[in-house]
Amino acid sequence: MSFHPNDVARRARMSSMALSIGFVLLVGAFFKTQVIQYKQYVMQSEENRLRPIPLPAPRGIIYDRHGEVIAENLPAYSVSITAPSVDSLRSALAQLAPTLQLGQNDINNAIRRYRRAPTRPTVVLADASIDIVSVLEEHRLDFPRLIIQSVPKRYYPDGPSVASFVGYTGEITESDLNDPKYVNYKPGQQIGKAGLEKQYEAILHGKEGVRFDEVDARGRPVRGEGPRPDLNPEGAPPLYTNIDLDLQKFMVGIFADSLQGGAIAIDPNTGEVLGLYSAPSWDPNKFTGGIPVEYYKQLLDDKRRPLVNKAIQGTYPPGSTFKLATSIIGLEDGVVGIHEHMPVSCTGGYQFGNRYFRCWEKKGHGSLDLEGAIKHSCDVYFYQLGLKIGLAKFIAGGIKLTMRDKSGIDLPEETQARWPYAIDYYNKKYGARGWSNAETLNLAIGQGSNSQTVVNMAKLYSAFAAKGVAPRPEIAHLVPQRKQIFTLNTQQDSIVLEGLKAVLEAGGTAGASAIQGLTLAGKTGTAQNTGGADHGWFVGFAPADKPKIVVAVLLEFGLHGSRAAHIASAIIGHYLKVGPIKATMDEG
Amino acid sequence: MSRPIVSDFRLLAAAGLLSLFGVAMVYSAGQTDTPTAVATVYKSQILWLLIGLGFAYAVGHSSVRFIEWMTTPLYLLSIVLLGLTLVIGKGAGTAASTKSWLAIGSHRIGQPSEIAKVTVVLMLAKVLANQRETPRSLLDLWKPAIVVGIPWLIIMLQPDLGTGIVFIGIFFAMLFWAGVAWPLLILIASPAISLILSFSVGLWGAWFFILLALVLWYRPYLIEGIVLMVLNVATGVIAPMMWEKLAPYQQNRLKVFIDPSADPRASGYHVIQSKVAIGSGGFFGKGFTLGTQKRLAFLPEQHTDFIFSVVGEELGFLGVTIALALFLWLFLRITQIAERANDSYSSLVAFGLMSSWFVHVLVNVGMTLNLMPITGIPLPFFSYGGSFMLASWLAVGILMRISGEGRGSALSLRR
Repeated sequence: MSFHPNDVARRARMSSMALSIGFVLLVGAFFKTQVIQYKQYVMQSEENRLRPIPLPAPRGIIYDRHGEVIAENLPAYSVSITAPSVDSLRSALAQLAPTLQLGQNDINNAIRRYRRAPTRPTVVLADASIDIVSVLEEHRLDFPRLIIQSVPKRYYPDGPSVASFVGYTGEITESDLNDPKYVNYKPGQQIGKAGLEKQYEAILHGKEGVRFDEVDARGRPVRGEGPRPDLNPEGAPPLYTNIDLDLQKFMVGIFADSLQGGAIAIDPNTGEVLGLYSAPSWDPNKFTGGIPVEYYKQLLDDKRRPLVNKAIQGTYPPGSTFKLATSIIGLEDGVVGIHEHMPVSCTGGYQFGNRYFRCWEKKGHGSLDLEGAIKHSCDVYFYQLGLKIGLAKFIAGGIKLTMRDKSGIDLPEETQARWPYAIDYYNKKYGARGWSNAETLNLAIGQGSNSQTVVNMAKLYSAFAAKGVAPRPEIAHLVPQRKQIFTLNTQQDSIVLEGLKAVLEAGGTAGASAIQGLTLAGKTGTAQNTGGADHGWFVGFAPADKPKIVVAVLLEFGLHGSRAAHIASAIIGHYLKVGPIKATMDEG
Repeated sequence: MSRPIVSDFRLLAAAGLLSLFGVAMVYSAGQTDTPTAVATVYKSQILWLLIGLGFAYAVGHSSVRFIEWMTTPLYLLSIVLLGLTLVIGKGAGTAASTKSWLAIGSHRIGQPSEIAKVTVVLMLAKVLANQRETPRSLLDLWKPAIVVGIPWLIIMLQPDLGTGIVFIGIFFAMLFWAGVAWPLLILIASPAISLILSFSVGLWGAWFFILLALVLWYRPYLIEGIVLMVLNVATGVIAPMMWEKLAPYQQNRLKVFIDPSADPRASGYHVIQSKVAIGSGGFFGKGFTLGTQKRLAFLPEQHTDFIFSVVGEELGFLGVTIALALFLWLFLRITQIAERANDSYSSLVAFGLMSSWFVHVLVNVGMTLNLMPITGIPLPFFSYGGSFMLASWLAVGILMRISGEGRGSALSLRR
């Protein structure tokens, strides 16, 4: 062994050197981490220990035109839980299930929400009852990861009365979350699911706030007070609508429980929707925070189909209400003079080829001019007017009158009206030789391949009430939009108007619905319904000379338009504060 | 010759200050927001320290010759105890699946490997000191290789990679101190280096040529040279197969050493949280007991393997530097003791004990910053644990004795 002192001293120097270098390197590494990269690690350490708890923002309050509340927010309690893993969530839910009265479905939903956003507290109950909350509060210490929050909950004071247009809110679904439209949304959040709530989601949805809880490595909150100031949620601005809640409730009342159908009231000058109702309705308050299965089933099973909005979704043959369109197309094209009589006078029907087309009046109307034809709704007159216009022009005219469009009302559910796009439509549908010009006769009286929504008919009559300018029906006045869809000269206009006025005078098809001291103009209609009793239509406006309101009413299985006219005139009378209604209801 | 109570004040001061520092950190490690069992372990750590001081005092007042005489029986005893762990061993903490603990029933008695670190140093020193010639060839090294190899194999079977690394460190350090030429040391290490480099064909190829040049220059026996080259080729080729043989958690630890973010929740979690704790400590730290990462339990094993992260988080760069300076002071002092020891046995023991601690500090502290793989190796005087505290102070006692008997001992040392 070479343990000569010189050798040992040399090795000692070498190892002292190596030791010193080793420690200098270590100190250098700590200097880099603790001094140079300090800020980065401080941030990471903050992120580690601060858990953001989202604070839901209250949705914008929805008001009617007079400042009455249509939709507001009430305080409710939501129960959420944070979990480090799915298994941990599962066991926590199993433990909580009896207290929270969770079903398998609730548990599955919670797990789905967790999978989507594991770092976010998982909503277990969006709207917990006060009983559950008080039990949970008592056992707070047993469930340290539970978060019980006061959250705003949507409430509609008039519930079913406003459901037809306001829609409802609910939890964002999995497919919504995949939609780029909802890119910034998180599972468990409430969004507008239908109606105005959906249409104006971007406006009504406030900005979520954040509270920072200090948590330990297992996600358990350690101190009550957040170490960082909360970011308060920002409530959405209110949404002012054109709805007249008083009129709306009147409309609801008039339909009562027995009638079914849709009605809409529009200011023809602006397109403002004053009221919109589909009967029977449903309660949007029951939909908030998850649709109860039983209630939903009950609505689905209801033969009156409450979930189909009859004012904007249901399409019906417009029947005689369409004769206004036929008249306008004929007048605009110049194929009919204002006092012109048709070649064949009405004897209760019209022979076309080998088919006999009936007039609704079996006794016949005799020879009528346009005004009279409108007043009496004479089918024979309009058969001939239709033939005079010719199918191609007639279809084009209908398209110009937006009979093939959506009205553009600011509701997401509106159905597009059906009207042929061209003669080619028939060739495609029946084959080039499979149809005859009889289709023209059908179209002329509002039957055939013509199916309109209540709101679209209201738009047509609004255009007539406003000298050919069709306003887009708007529940919330955000982007007014108007379009000239036809032009009649003054004489033509007044002849049609006189005809529409005469409908509501003695001898007219809705004579029984006249209002004393008010000139109404409108048209009844019967939508042939192969599946049952015919639907009754009325579309009209008042005052006739300076229209302030257009009302369209469709009564399902209403047989004839006179009952619909009765309802419409009541609505108009209520809105214009005129009445009482003179005549009693009778079928005419 | 009268025996002073303290034969080497500087050694005692360095070890004592480190121990007090360590106990304080073990206390702090227990201060979490959600109290755990760690909250009270500082009390037992103080107890172990006191017992350790008693051991040190007793050993310090024996003689080096007595220690040398006891070396072989102690070594054999520790081999037996180590062997027992394979039969009745238990795991603990991060190494729950290993068998490094000796246990009777569910009571863990201690970790024989901690004692073995000392006895292996003693035994190796004895064997090397008894060799008249400095080893010049691989064959000359068969005795030291067996002394370290047997306990090393048992420990790798437990398996305890960290302690295995310490043994290898001790082996090389003591051969160096015994005067073995550095080319020979490299030749001994070459198969292992080949193993590590085998993952890159280019690197391994370059290494192989360097090795070839070294062999030609150092000129070992022909047969040795051939065996070495064959071994290098073998390890270079069979390494991937060895990798497959590693337990998944070992693979993970090695993988995470290379890229901690590869497995952020499991093994990588430790390192990431440790770095975050240390980095967020800054220059002055968050204050004693006030580390948020530790308080909120983000820091794992904060009282054992990752206790230095608590130092970093709570006492900052300043505290880290002080702790490391104390270690350096201790190690330089022991090197001095080794230099001035009266005989080669004492000198080798001193240097061996120092190198054992040095490897611990390097690997443990390096691990907290992800400079070293996570091997579950404790930090001397800091990490909570009775066996290691006892073994460390036993070593301090031995060093005191060696220092007291050495040239320029405490009494006559002029500088």
